Amino acid sequence: MFQVGLTHFLVVSTILFSLGIYGIVTRKNAVMVLMGIELILNAANINFIAFAKYGNFGLNGQIIALFVIILAAAEAAIALAIVLNTYKTFSNVNVDEIDKLKE
Amino acid sequence: MIGFPILSLITFLPVLGMIIILFLKKEQTAVIKYTALAITALQVVLALVLLMNYNYSAAGVYEEKSFQFIEKFRWINITGISWLGTVKVDYFLGIDGLSMPMVILTALISFIATLSSWNINHSLKGYFALFLLLDTGMMGVFVSLDFFLFYIFWELMLLPMYFLIGIWGGPRKEYAAIKFFIYTLFGSVFMLLVMIGLYFSATETLADGSKVFTFNILQLMNSANYTADGILSSLNPNNMRFAAYIALFVGFAIKIPMFPFHTWLPDAHVEAPTPISVILAGVLLKMGTYGILRISYPVFPDVTKQLMWWIALFGVINIIYGALVALAQKDFKKLIAYSSVSHMGYVLLGMASLTSVGINGAIFQMFNHGTITAMLFLIVGVIYDRTHTRGLNDFGGLASQLPIYTGFVTVAFFAAIGLPSMSGFISEAFVFVGAFSIDAIRTLTIISTLGILLGAGYMLWTLQRIFFGPLNEKWANLKDLEFREYAMFIPLTIVIIFLGVYPSAMLNIMNTSVNSLVNLLSGNINITSISGF
Amino acid sequence: MSESLLINLSIIILFLPLAGFIKVVLFGKKFPKLYLLEVAIISIAFALSVFVMYSKLAYYNTKDIIGAFTWISTGNAPFSDVLNIELGIKIDNVTVIMLFVVNLISMLVHIYSIEYMRGDKRYTRYFSYLGIFTFSMLGIVLTHNLLMMYIFWELVGLSSYLLIGFWFEKKSAADAAKKAFIVNRIGDIGMFIGILILFTSYKTFTFDTIFAQIAAGNLPFGSSAWLTAAGILVFMGAVGKSAQFPLHVWLPDAMEGPTPVSALIHAATMVAAGVYLVTRIFVMLTADAMLVIAVVGAFTSLIAATIALTQNDIKKVLAYSTVSQLGYMIMSLGVGAYVFAFFHLVTHAFFKACLFLGSGSVIHSMHHEQDIRNMGGLKKKMPVTYWTFLISTIAISGVPLTSGFLSKDGILAGTLAFGKLTGHWLIPIIGFTVAALTAFYMFRLVILTFHGEPRDHHKFDHAHESPLVMIAPLAVLATLSIFIFYTPNPLSPDAGWFMSSWVKTPEQVTPVDTRFDFLKPSAENIHGGHHGEIVHSVLYTETMHWAHYPAMILSLVVAGLGILTAFMFYQWKKINVDKLIENKFTNALYRGSLNKWKIDEAYDATAINGTLQTGSGLSWFDQKIVDGAVNGSARLTRIVSKISGWFDTYAVDGFVNFTAFFSGFIGLSFRKLQTGKVQTYIVLVVFSVIILLLFFKPF
Repeated sequence: MFQVGLTHFLVVSTILFSLGIYGIVTRKNAVMVLMGIELILNAANINFIAFAKYGNFGLNGQIIALFVIILAAAEAAIALAIVLNTYKTFSNVNVDEIDKLKE
Repeated sequence: MIGFPILSLITFLPVLGMIIILFLKKEQTAVIKYTALAITALQVVLALVLLMNYNYSAAGVYEEKSFQFIEKFRWINITGISWLGTVKVDYFLGIDGLSMPMVILTALISFIATLSSWNINHSLKGYFALFLLLDTGMMGVFVSLDFFLFYIFWELMLLPMYFLIGIWGGPRKEYAAIKFFIYTLFGSVFMLLVMIGLYFSATETLADGSKVFTFNILQLMNSANYTADGILSSLNPNNMRFAAYIALFVGFAIKIPMFPFHTWLPDAHVEAPTPISVILAGVLLKMGTYGILRISYPVFPDVTKQLMWWIALFGVINIIYGALVALAQKDFKKLIAYSSVSHMGYVLLGMASLTSVGINGAIFQMFNHGTITAMLFLIVGVIYDRTHTRGLNDFGGLASQLPIYTGFVTVAFFAAIGLPSMSGFISEAFVFVGAFSIDAIRTLTIISTLGILLGAGYMLWTLQRIFFGPLNEKWANLKDLEFREYAMFIPLTIVIIFLGVYPSAMLNIMNTSVNSLVNLLSGNINITSISGF
Repeated sequence: MSESLLINLSIIILFLPLAGFIKVVLFGKKFPKLYLLEVAIISIAFALSVFVMYSKLAYYNTKDIIGAFTWISTGNAPFSDVLNIELGIKIDNVTVIMLFVVNLISMLVHIYSIEYMRGDKRYTRYFSYLGIFTFSMLGIVLTHNLLMMYIFWELVGLSSYLLIGFWFEKKSAADAAKKAFIVNRIGDIGMFIGILILFTSYKTFTFDTIFAQIAAGNLPFGSSAWLTAAGILVFMGAVGKSAQFPLHVWLPDAMEGPTPVSALIHAATMVAAGVYLVTRIFVMLTADAMLVIAVVGAFTSLIAATIALTQNDIKKVLAYSTVSQLGYMIMSLGVGAYVFAFFHLVTHAFFKACLFLGSGSVIHSMHHEQDIRNMGGLKKKMPVTYWTFLISTIAISGVPLTSGFLSKDGILAGTLAFGKLTGHWLIPIIGFTVAALTAFYMFRLVILTFHGEPRDHHKFDHAHESPLVMIAPLAVLATLSIFIFYTPNPLSPDAGWFMSSWVKTPEQVTPVDTRFDFLKPSAENIHGGHHGEIVHSVLYTETMHWAHYPAMILSLVVAGLGILTAFMFYQWKKINVDKLIENKFTNALYRGSLNKWKIDEAYDATAINGTLQTGSGLSWFDQKIVDGAVNGSARLTRIVSKISGWFDTYAVDGFVNFTAFFSGFIGLSFRKLQTGKVQTYIVLVVFSVIILLLFFKPF
């Protein structure tokens, strides 16, 4: 019988992670980059829970996953605030053009 | 004993004067001059006070408690720097029979030199400020008993001298000043090396029983104070005492100046203004021989004994060589400069004898050379002021034009020749008596007596060329001495003749200390037994 | 009459002239009459010295009176040599006689100079110099130790220097003064070394202590060779001061000084100081040293006499005569005729002073003409000068009834005895030859100056007898040249008080084996009277007696021969002098003598020039080599610093700059990577992580 094992969770999380990276690297819109980051965080969450389920770690994995969700929410809030401010300053949210750091 | 720190006073009084002068306006030339004169006169008074309170039977040399007018306190005290331990330098002043004559000499010559500075006519303020600083440096060398302090004063005197020659000097003043400075500094470097070497070789036991490295000259004389692994300790199997002695000796020899390190002297003298020549010959040269007696001899008695023949040899070379070269000079001042080289040779010869008579003679000769040569340079200065030439062949027959001046010249010249009844004779005779009594240097002594013949030769020849013969018409309007010049010559003449007739006045001052030094050198005194005073 | 009184009087006598000197130096300008004080002072000193002499000879004839004090004392420490230097006065018979002689002649010269020097622009100063000279000379006479002897020795050198160079405007006078001082210094160095030898051995300068030590067998450095050396070295001082060969060259030149000075210093007193010194150290002279002294004296007397034969300057003749006579005295001491040497010193002082003052009188009246070829016939114009001069000449020639005869005869007898006893016959031969030569040149001088016809009429017409103050001293001195003051028997000095009770040959203190045989004490005379009277062996006494008459006769003969020849040559013109001069053989001798055997020239060429050349050579060496080395090292340092400066600029600093440049270059190239775009960085990070993971293979 086909059973869902650890490998399947990890494959899903890898796909999510790759999508996240892809999103971050290819999108120019800062909001889209943020969404990529969210995807990576969720990939990590899946890993935590999967390892918690199949490993002998007790509830630690779930707790950290919850923690990451809260963190992600907070991060999203701050990041969006930054993006809004960036928009105010540069009149766009295109990350390629915001290269002040280079100077 | 005196209730106030007289040695500090006599040493730093000129600095006080310097500060006063620096606050004066440049235009107040008379005030500046009289301030300097008052300061140096006060110094003479203090020297006399010292003399009056001087204890003739206190030896000093290696024994702290028999030094006089001691001032001692911790000056630099840095505790507990890792491997260095405690760094401690004392402000340690005191005098004994070796330094007392030099203190008197310094005070006297400074006063006379101030008088002869009256004709300095540009940048008076700077001149006297530097002059007084120089005075402090010289006095400090003679009163300090801590090697570090000694070295500081030694270097302190260098700088004003450099400027005094370099700014107020003759046509080649820069050359002479730089030569003087570099030459002397070259010697100081050696001294510094040896000083540091000694510092790390010997310790002093403090009151609380702890041992610290020391610059204290008296402690350095005590062989018990040397640590076994100290580089200059005689306990150290590869000890460097011999090399250190020679290095230190070179440092002092440059100042004397000893052949072959003497060539800065004629240049410096010829270019320096008269009062500076007077100081240079009168006091500065003595610092070399004084240093040898104060530091080289008692700190390295072992090496001194090994090298006495060589010291005597260089003394004899100085005597003969200086006299012969003087014979060939055509410049009055250069001639006197070389005669200085010759006369300092007697000091070396007397010291080399390591006898009480010889060293007494050497110190006495230091004093006498100071007064006599100072007078000779004043004589050159007087004639140079009037004629603006120093060529020995430019004069002739001045005796009939300047009879009083000629009288003083005759006194000074015959004193330099070593005529009995003048002080130079006693000291030279003592040197010869001392040196002759030692088998090893008897032959050298006999050779060196040629010096008194050559001395008569160049001095009398000079006397003849300048003062005798028909009067050179060019100088028919010269004026004889004025009051200020009398004031310079008369004290020196009195000192020269008084000490010639009654030499005990000076010999008694130094005799006890010299005997003590000779005992130390001959190993008759076990100095370790008196440590821990 | 106590001993301390004599000592105190001597001290007063000693310091009176010095006081005069100091007064004149300080106040001479304001009080031009101060010279009178000087004359008064010396007269007082003379009167006192007469008193001292009388008291000493009458009351303390055989006792030495000594007064001393410690001058310098070092060495109160336990381990060093004790050095005590005493100054003191020793009054014995020789001293008081010298005191008398010096003060008498000094006084006469002072009086004489009042007139002779009148009008000189440094008139008072002249008297002050005479004062310091008298002081120094008395110091030599009175001293009881070698150091004080040396001190005053140098001081007379100084006063001699001042007085020879008194007319320093003349170059020749200044030259002569310098020469005198320096030549004397050569002798003094020897003397000083001799003193050093004695002092090093005995730790004292005092004569009597040294002699006592030697007598006790304590020799310098333990060997009699050193004793001989010490004797000869101390004698070198006398060679200088008493103008003995080879240091005699200064004395003739010293005649550049005023003539009274020549009389006082360079004839009668100072030059005799050398002889006096040898009499003082006589007892410590070994046979070898005495032989050296005798030979030096004999050679000097001969060479000076030969030079005196042909000189034309009246003072030069007298100067060489002085050298010759001093040689006589020295020779006499060398042969052991101590008493006669001292006797001759005294008699010579009087008649030579008289001769010099006489010549001064002539020079004064001839307006400073000194060449005897321009004189002649002065006998009529200057009778007193002539007669006194003649008496002195007779005395110096050794004609009986004069003092000179007595002393010279004694010396000649001494040399003869010496010749017989030791076989050194050359010394008496030289002695008699010199006696003949002396008689000849002295009479030549008298004849050319006073006899015959005047050769320079102009000067002759102005010549006149000198005033009383000048001729009175002449008269006194000439009188003292007569025998009666010394002995009642004109043919033998032995009977006189001078010989019989005043002056005795002291006994040698040297080890017996270093003495001449005849000076060794023998059994017969050891029992002799009191201290100092033991003299010679019987052998010597006998030989002296043997020598007495032959010597007297021989000396009469040679003196007569000399005088006769002089008359034949110059008075009666029996022998043509000019012809002799033209003769080839005698011409060489004549020229040699006239040119003083070229000794001065030889010294100039060798010693003096050599020293000066060495001086210039060393001066060159000093400037070029020693100072050159200093300057060279300075230059070397500068070159090195230039090179290192270049190195610093281009190599060290270049490296630093290169590093900076390189880093900059690297930075520039890597800067391109820094796009400032987040995504680029993330790509880099991801790929880096992947590469790292692959590389380290953590799984």
